[in-house]
Amino acid sequence: MGSYLTAFLVGGLFCLIGQLLFDLTPFTPGHILSGFVVAGGILGGLGLYDRLIQFAGAGASLPISSFGNALVKGALSEASRHGLIGILTGMFELTSTGITAAILFAFLTALIFNPRG
Amino acid sequence: MAAVPEELNITPEEYRELVKKERPAPPLWRNALCAFASGGAISLLGQAIQNGFIALGFKPEDASNPTVAVVILLASLLTGLGLFDRLARFAGAGMAVPVTGFANSVTSAALEFKKEGLVLGVGAKMFSLAGTVILFGVITAFVAGLISAIF
Repeated sequence: MGSYLTAFLVGGLFCLIGQLLFDLTPFTPGHILSGFVVAGGILGGLGLYDRLIQFAGAGASLPISSFGNALVKGALSEASRHGLIGILTGMFELTSTGITAAILFAFLTALIFNPRG
Repeated sequence: MAAVPEELNITPEEYRELVKKERPAPPLWRNALCAFASGGAISLLGQAIQNGFIALGFKPEDASNPTVAVVILLASLLTGLGLFDRLARFAGAGMAVPVTGFANSVTSAALEFKKEGLVLGVGAKMFSLAGTVILFGVITAFVAGLISAIF
C-alpha cells in the first residue's frame, strides 16, 4: 500500500497541480477543490483511483479527490447488491470517518478555542 | 482600485491597463514547489500514521480511514491554535488539497461563527465552505451509480 517515496511524490504532485490551478485559472479554491472531488469520483468509477492508492498509499488517500473516489465506491458496491436504492444506502459507507471526524473535531475546537485575528 | 492620479492625465481604462501590466507576476514556480514539498510532507506523515495503524493490527486496506481521522484532528487543532493559516501561507495548495484543507474549512467556519451561537452559528455555518465539496462528490457518485445500474 504505497511506500514513503511514492506517497511523497504523488501527494506532492496532487498539491502542485492544485497550486497551478489556483494561480493560473480564475476559479476560486472552492471551485477547484470541488473539481478534485469530481475528478476523483470519475477516476474511482473507472476503477483507476484504487490503483493509484495501491501505488501511493496516503499520497493518494489524503488528497480530497480520494473523498470523491470513496463516495463512488460506497455507492457502487451497495448498488451492485441492492440496485438503485443501494446508491443511497452505500453513499457514505466509506466516507463516514472523514465526515464524522471533521464534524466532531470542528465542534470541539470551536468549544475550546476562540477565533484569532 | 486606487483612484487615477490626476497628473497622469489618462482615462481610468488606460490606468487599469497600466496597473495590470506593471503588477509583478505571481511567483508561480516557487508557489508550485512549496505546494509540492508541503503536500508531499503531509502525505509522508500520513503514510507514517497509516503504517502505525497497520502495526496496531489494521488491515492495510482499512488503515487509511483512521489515518484520515488523525490528520483531520491535527488540522482542526492547528486551526484552533491559529497556526494553520500561517503554515498555509507558505504551503498554499499543499495544505488545501489534502484532507487538511477540508478539516480547516469546517473548523474555521465553526470558529468564525461561534459568536452567533452554537445552533445558528457553529451548527448552521460549519459546512458553509465544505458543503460544496460534499454536494458535488455526492452528485458525482450518484451519476456513477446510475450509469453502473443502467449498463
